[in-house]
Amino acid sequence: MAKQYETVIGLEVHVELATKTKIFCSCSTEFGGAPNTHTCPVCTGMPGSLPVLNKQVVEYAMAIGLATNCDITKVCKFDRKNYFYPDNPQNYQISQLYLPIARNGYVEIEVGDTKKKVRIHEMHMEEDAGKLIHDEWDDTSLVDYNRSGVPLVEIVSEPDMRSADEVIAYLEKLRTIIQYLGASDCKLQEGSMRADVNLSVREAGTKEFGTRTEMKNLNSFKAIARAIEGEHERQIELIEAGKMVVQETRRWDDNKESSHAMRSKEDAQDYRYFPEPDLVPIVISDEWIDKIRSRQPEFRDEKLERYKKEFDIPQYDAEIITESKQMADIFEKTTALCGKSKKVSNWLMVETMRLLKEKGMEPEDISFSPENLAKLIQLTEAGTINSSVAKEVFEQIFDKDVDPDQYVEEHGLKTVNDEGALEAVLEKIIAENPQAVADYRGGKEKALGALVGQTMKAMKGKANPGMVNQKLKEMLK
Amino acid sequence: MDITSLTAVELGKKIKAKEISVMDAVKASIAQIEKVEKDVHSFVTVDKEGALKRAEEVQKQIDDGILTGPLAGVPVAIKDNMCTKGMLTTCSSKILENFRPTFTSEAVLNLEKAGAVIIGKTNMDEFAMGSTTETSYYGATKNPWNLEHVPGGSSGGSCAAVAAEECPYALGSDTGGSIRQPSSFCGVVGIKPTYGTVSRYGLVAYGSSLDQIGPIAKDVTDCATILETIASYDTKDSTSIARETYNFTSALKNDVKGMKIGIPRSYFGDGLDAEVREPILNAVKVLEEKGAIVEEFDLNLVKYAIPAYYVIASAEASSNLARFDGVKYGYRTETYEGLHNMYKKTRSEGFGPEVKRRIMLGSFVLSSGYYDAYYLKALRTKALIKQEFDRAFEKYDVIIAPAAPTTAPEIGKSLSDPIQMYLGDIYTISVNLAGLPGITIPVGKDTKGLPVGMQIIGNCFEENKIIRAAYTFEQTKTYERPEIAKEAR
Amino acid sequence: MANKISDETIEYVGILAKLELSGQEKEDAKADMEKMLDYIDTLNELDTEGIEPMSHVFPVHNVFREDVVVNGDGSEDTLANAPLKKDQSFKVPKTIG
Repeated sequence: MAKQYETVIGLEVHVELATKTKIFCSCSTEFGGAPNTHTCPVCTGMPGSLPVLNKQVVEYAMAIGLATNCDITKVCKFDRKNYFYPDNPQNYQISQLYLPIARNGYVEIEVGDTKKKVRIHEMHMEEDAGKLIHDEWDDTSLVDYNRSGVPLVEIVSEPDMRSADEVIAYLEKLRTIIQYLGASDCKLQEGSMRADVNLSVREAGTKEFGTRTEMKNLNSFKAIARAIEGEHERQIELIEAGKMVVQETRRWDDNKESSHAMRSKEDAQDYRYFPEPDLVPIVISDEWIDKIRSRQPEFRDEKLERYKKEFDIPQYDAEIITESKQMADIFEKTTALCGKSKKVSNWLMVETMRLLKEKGMEPEDISFSPENLAKLIQLTEAGTINSSVAKEVFEQIFDKDVDPDQYVEEHGLKTVNDEGALEAVLEKIIAENPQAVADYRGGKEKALGALVGQTMKAMKGKANPGMVNQKLKEMLK
Repeated sequence: MDITSLTAVELGKKIKAKEISVMDAVKASIAQIEKVEKDVHSFVTVDKEGALKRAEEVQKQIDDGILTGPLAGVPVAIKDNMCTKGMLTTCSSKILENFRPTFTSEAVLNLEKAGAVIIGKTNMDEFAMGSTTETSYYGATKNPWNLEHVPGGSSGGSCAAVAAEECPYALGSDTGGSIRQPSSFCGVVGIKPTYGTVSRYGLVAYGSSLDQIGPIAKDVTDCATILETIASYDTKDSTSIARETYNFTSALKNDVKGMKIGIPRSYFGDGLDAEVREPILNAVKVLEEKGAIVEEFDLNLVKYAIPAYYVIASAEASSNLARFDGVKYGYRTETYEGLHNMYKKTRSEGFGPEVKRRIMLGSFVLSSGYYDAYYLKALRTKALIKQEFDRAFEKYDVIIAPAAPTTAPEIGKSLSDPIQMYLGDIYTISVNLAGLPGITIPVGKDTKGLPVGMQIIGNCFEENKIIRAAYTFEQTKTYERPEIAKEAR
Repeated sequence: MANKISDETIEYVGILAKLELSGQEKEDAKADMEKMLDYIDTLNELDTEGIEPMSHVFPVHNVFREDVVVNGDGSEDTLANAPLKKDQSFKVPKTIG
């Protein structure tokens, strides 16, 4: 019988913080921009430049640390991590090794029906590197320091995960927490959340860990799942063939669905960390911690509980809505304005989700205001517009956050409630459709639908369908 | 009138009084540079055109009453490790042979705001690593008192330029004695302020936790005045310290009555040249006669300062100098195969032997398995040395020491044995480790006619005490000029 | 002479420091480093048990910047000294991975 193996996985997750400026200088962290526009002497390692720490970075890091049940390090310091690479302008990265800002935390994940804790070993602050672009024309690389110095936290878990599902649940958990804090948008594709996977295998039942490898360049949950699967198999094959797993860093190529070792003779991986002499220690008082804690939002798990009690919406809807803080905020604010939680939930679950998917957007990208959605709901509730018009208006709200009152007015979309006008149209429809009328009168209820449809069409959708229905029935008696 | 013989403050006064124009002051400096530079070689860059242009602007601002400070219109030379926007800043290294910074260091900005005219950039030991200014890629600077001798280092160019009267004053930097030792060798006055007093923003880092910028001039009054101008709390330098006062000229008092002076026995024992010891002890006697209370005491751990220093400074330097890699600025080797070969060739060709030696040592002491044994041990030693000084300053207002064991050595005699060279830093290095202020003033000459300096060390943030002691001694002695400065133009 | 620096060590430190030493330079570097390390070893005479390593001399802490964008387009200055540039970027030998 084949041996059973267990996969042991720990993650190093890098998260770009949502500060306006870089960690050590006043350059913008904005995405895009021509190469090297968001740069200054500090983030390009000019001789004589010196770093000054962005306070917001510390506060975001503290907030994430607290939300992941970490101990905050009362006296924390920065260290230099020394290695040569062109995306690292000083050839050292300012990071934290000896006294990272947070340690010994955990988050709880749920896979299937099983709950489990994934422990966090430590979390530290550091600066991001610049971007290297390969120039095909003359086979060189081009360096852009716009991302150099963007603040990151690196969250290092214990090797507590055993499957790709657990890894993804852990990442989703971290992402939700951090998004709720507003500390990052955590987009894997754009690189604002990046995960390196440390993986080893061992025979089921053994206590000791096998030799682990570190996998980099994982840009999506799918890539992570595939890389875990691939590395798990690669290591088992090595072991079964009587070979050794080498402790190394490997780069995942998601197109080829395989990885290769990154190490070269010139990468000694001896980072010669030492305390950064250009930065002074950070001393974190209990008062400061309390202040950050008091600003913590209601997190997803608490929100879910409350939604169940407070709002009349299905569990499934509540889960989808609370997956993103942006969505949950819109839900709560809109509900507060119009008082119709179920209607709000419907708009978010159906139309909003449809449009997000269609446009390839994330919930975080939603830009319409709760005020306008609330107004739209009120318009439909009052029968001022009918549901098909409402959908049309909603698309406008979604795209441009238009004021529905104004939009409906300007585009003449109000439902026509004038009985006289309606009767005139109905008379015409009845006269033009003797067959349908006969069918209806002959007991075919369905025939009425065709007549209603024709009427709506004739009135360019502005009729109140309920009223049309009722009137028709009266007139056909 | 012999403009170049004036001190910076004297010249500033005459400019203010319209006795001398800024243009005349600048031209006098340039003339002296043109005369002596081929012998002394204090400068890496002389910015004649820029200085003449700036002279006009500054004169106008003085005339308009915008610039009223004591240094307005006075020419200055800047050590070549301080960034000056648009002006070559080489650190006396090949690796920065073509580097023109895009910003000006804070200390120099402060001088410019006060109306200083930058005349050029002075020679130094490459990246401030050395005690003789012989490790410069651009050739050694000579001691204006005797061209066969070194001016000291690493701020040798700045000290030689002041002694040879190529400029009334200069800025230097001091990581392990680099202002105080060459000041001593060149017979000028130099101050290394308390760490954090002058912003390091724009100073190309050597040992970040030890580096400080300071003034070099012909007398204590100048130095206090310059320090007052360059010192500032700078939000761009996280290690900058907001001091209660930046008034240093108020300490220019001829009065040491009751001042307690400590003389560390170990600083005056074996290893100190008698020709250096005598003039210093005579100067101490002068201060005693003027009312100071002098006492010998034991300052422990002296011999551990040098090894601790070389571990810390080399470690920091190995990291600070990593940025010179041929990617963003400076020299890049001409032919290379691939990235790492480009790095290695650029750096091996761009750095001189002493710089490479310290980078290698620094990389080694930080490398895996050695960090605790070397780096942490050195940081612990540093803590103990600081404690020793704290204890001493409970009893004494100032400590008097030599600035170097000998007077300036002959050119070519120092570099062969690094340890011997490092031992020359014994009296200056612990001051940097403990972050203390120190001043060197000339107190006499040896039989060869080379100047002897005396170092006065103060407790942190107590520059005013060392300034007062130095000023008081200075009142008993006239400033001596080397022949090269005196020769009629 | 307690410390012995091997060829491998010098080679290794050269990789860390990105310095390529010639044969003679290597020998000199070995000798220099051995001497320096012997000298540095005198620190072992000192009992530093329980002494906190001192990286900063003064107890200054919490020096921060507010999160406000001040810097504008810095590309011109950033690239002003570039040995080689292209497309407003620094040009370097091809990097792998």
